Amino acid sequence: MLSAGVLTAAYIAATILFILALGGLSNQETARRGNWYGIAGMAIAVLATIFGVVSQNYGILAGAMLIGAVIGLALARRVQMTQMPELVAILHSLVGLGAVLVGFATFLDPESHYEGVEKTIHDIEIYIGVLIGAITFSGSVIAFGKLSGRIGGKPMLLPARHWLNLGLLLAAIWFGREFVVQSAGGDGMIPLVVMTVIALLFGIHMVMAIGGADMPVVVSMLNSYSGWAASATGFMLSNDLLIVTGALVGSSGAILSYIMCRAMNRRFLAVIAGGFGTAGGAAAAGGGEQGEVVPIEAAETAALLADAKEVMIVPGYGMAVAQAQHTVYEITKALREKKVNVRFGIHPVAGRMPGHMNVLLAEAKVPYDIVFEMDEVNDDFPDVDVSIVIGANDIVNPSAQEVPDSPIAGMPVLEVWNGKTTIVLKRSMATGYAGVQNPLFFKENTRMLFGDAKDSLDAVLKAL
Amino acid sequence: MQIGVPKETHAGEKRVASTPDVAAQLIGLGYRVAIESGAGTRASFSDEAYERAGCEIVESSGDVWDRSDIVLKVRSPDAAETRRLRAGQTLVSFVWPGQNAELLSELTNTGATVLAMDSVPRISRAQKMDALSSMANIGGYRAVVEAAQHFGRFFTGQITAAGKIPPAKVLVIGAGVAGLAAIGAARSMGAIVRAFDTRPEVKEQVESMDAEFLMLEFEDEDGSGEGGYAKVMSDEFIKAEMALFAEQARDVDIIITTALIPGKPAPRLITAEMVASMKDGSVIVDLAAEQGGNCELTAPNEVVVEHGVSIVGYTDLPSRLATQSSQLYATNLRHLLTDMTPEKDGKLVLDLEDEVIRGATICTGGETIWPPPAPKLSAAPPKAEPAPAPVAEKAAPKRSFVGPLVTMLAGGLALLGLGAVAPPSFMAHFTVFVLACFVGYMVIWNVTPALHTPLMSVTNAISSIIIIGALLQISSGDELIMWIAAFTVLITSVNIAGGFAVTRRMLGMFRK
Repeated sequence: MLSAGVLTAAYIAATILFILALGGLSNQETARRGNWYGIAGMAIAVLATIFGVVSQNYGILAGAMLIGAVIGLALARRVQMTQMPELVAILHSLVGLGAVLVGFATFLDPESHYEGVEKTIHDIEIYIGVLIGAITFSGSVIAFGKLSGRIGGKPMLLPARHWLNLGLLLAAIWFGREFVVQSAGGDGMIPLVVMTVIALLFGIHMVMAIGGADMPVVVSMLNSYSGWAASATGFMLSNDLLIVTGALVGSSGAILSYIMCRAMNRRFLAVIAGGFGTAGGAAAAGGGEQGEVVPIEAAETAALLADAKEVMIVPGYGMAVAQAQHTVYEITKALREKKVNVRFGIHPVAGRMPGHMNVLLAEAKVPYDIVFEMDEVNDDFPDVDVSIVIGANDIVNPSAQEVPDSPIAGMPVLEVWNGKTTIVLKRSMATGYAGVQNPLFFKENTRMLFGDAKDSLDAVLKAL
Repeated sequence: MQIGVPKETHAGEKRVASTPDVAAQLIGLGYRVAIESGAGTRASFSDEAYERAGCEIVESSGDVWDRSDIVLKVRSPDAAETRRLRAGQTLVSFVWPGQNAELLSELTNTGATVLAMDSVPRISRAQKMDALSSMANIGGYRAVVEAAQHFGRFFTGQITAAGKIPPAKVLVIGAGVAGLAAIGAARSMGAIVRAFDTRPEVKEQVESMDAEFLMLEFEDEDGSGEGGYAKVMSDEFIKAEMALFAEQARDVDIIITTALIPGKPAPRLITAEMVASMKDGSVIVDLAAEQGGNCELTAPNEVVVEHGVSIVGYTDLPSRLATQSSQLYATNLRHLLTDMTPEKDGKLVLDLEDEVIRGATICTGGETIWPPPAPKLSAAPPKAEPAPAPVAEKAAPKRSFVGPLVTMLAGGLALLGLGAVAPPSFMAHFTVFVLACFVGYMVIWNVTPALHTPLMSVTNAISSIIIIGALLQISSGDELIMWIAAFTVLITSVNIAGGFAVTRRMLGMFRK
């Protein structure tokens, strides 16, 4: 048995290692070390707790950890990089579920003995911990379903859904009060269970109302929630390590959500409230055909690319869907051998989670030093000979800058149309997620390469 | 169907209507292609090259005309060729039906279908078959080469041991396709280039080619006519324009004029006095020589020297770059035929519903169907639309101090209120919590966006620190709590192992 002092010291060490782990992610060189810091921190925290607190049931503990670790490693090994968002979502749900279970266990714990205000605060902590945990759990499960295609990506918009949400919130608060009052009398299980159900429903409803392309926000928001759930659990157990770690994760997710919202020029609440452009401008679907689109063949595309000096590739979710990243890399390699300067321009919300495109490109062995953020390359487009837009739409839509009443007005976009030629790979002329017609397709220097992104790119590669 | 390409009969014409490369593509469309022997020789395409591409070499032009369903030509057909044309045959070439009413009626009388490459409408979709633009581009380039030929100095400026060489100054009048090509060629030879055009919307294009755009201070007048061409301007405008040219003539070394108004004689822009005011050894290249010339002293098809200024009036500039222009023209034809062969089975379909085909077809089945209904498209955006307000909110109002102050006060009061009721142990944890939030805030902003996905998976792994809660409970004597805790340990272990492992896997993939 370790003394309380040693245990606390171990927790402090773990805290520092976690902060270093997050700090390490500031660039690719230190990121791997950062991950090891995280692993070390977790190992120290878990081992210290096992040797410091656990007094029996070692067998069950070891069994549970072993089984869990095996499942986790198997998941990590098997997952495809295009499925990362789903994996992250389902892992979030486990944190949420963990918070709920720990909350219930703490409530049931006969050894707890709080009095007066402390009792009230402890009850509130349990209540909040379970509440956040339950929302995280059900929300993440739905997000997982949507991301993996098991549930349709369309937002489900119930009538009067804002009132429904408000009602659920008020009910949660009322049951919270009931819970505290009843708990003082040694009871309270019923309000806690009812509230858990309400929170689960709330989580389901919240994520159901959000559409496919807002998923980056949802995933990072759930990331944030899982942190707050851990933090609330820390309060519940009076454990600073949990509080700190939870707060780190919580603020990380919150910042990511903020970045994503800013990249779409939408307010966080508007995204969470669900739907897109429900109060939208008349220009949303209007405009119709705005001119002629000029189709292009793969062979011509290859010729254009081979003659270019500066090529910018703008990938979107369509690249992930078509699994075209490896072909993209082969093309990049071929062009770089011809001394063509190939770069990638990544919009913050491209894909289904923050940084999704970077991971896909990294998986395809694209060197990260030619992959740039939107702000880094947007000014360079006038010098770009050929831009290739792969399965992206709204993030390259000039309406965001040119049409003030467009639903996506003000959203930062990659200004590919400033380049000399833009080639758009697309399956059809369908609009993007925001339902806005894209004038880019009708610009004079835009060529459309219709077809499945992977097939088209394979043809281009062959022609190169 | 059989495609035939006869040798051009016009004296001095070096171009040919198909190249070996293009012929091979036409064969790919299902056609058979016959070439008159020697048709490509003057454009440096040998009979052998055509043969290699799969063409049949035919000795006499009569054979080509007799046997072909489709005849491809460059110049408009001469009298002998027109007589050979028969009903059911299709001829594609330049025709200029506007200027050649007689030829048009003769062609109509043959009963053949004739597509005039000069009548392809100027819309985006038809750009790939816009032979006028292809030829104008070559003409513009060649105009600079001709100017250099007759100009006694360098185009580019240099500082040499033997002294300083000033760069040549070039004025390009009319910034259409030919004008822009001339600007590009002259710029790349190092000259200082100025350009003038009555259509203000070309300013950007001129400036994008690193030339200076000369502006007239005229508010309302826009020289853009239908179909992207210029129109006739008002008298005051022309007066101001002439004053500008007179001033420029004294300064520049080379003037290249490309001003044309469709269906009208070329506007007279450079007078004899202006030529006289130019420096000796200067050069004028008049691309409008065929339509009467932009310069008063131009002699078509000749180079004349007046007042010490060489005035080049060649009307066959594209033919002087025969290989290049044959290539582009043949490709234009190929695009047209591709559009007219929807099944790629070597069967030509004349779809008069198609705006492009309708525009190009001047007669079919003994009927003249030229001119077509005019397309109304211009490079300039419609005037009616006011410039949209810039979307970026520049006018972000100065943040007042009141907002943050109120927030801070409210936050402070809430903290005080919490402190008043909460026990000290809670406040200690709360302190840690708030500080941790700030640490998280600072650390996360440093994370590069490229690593946001690994960030999420690693934070996901460390948020499983919640396992500590389960570990604290697993030793409980209460069976139920023990099992709940064991289950929690199980699922959080999944998360810890999975989260860290997948992060490691992802980070391993990032490489330079």
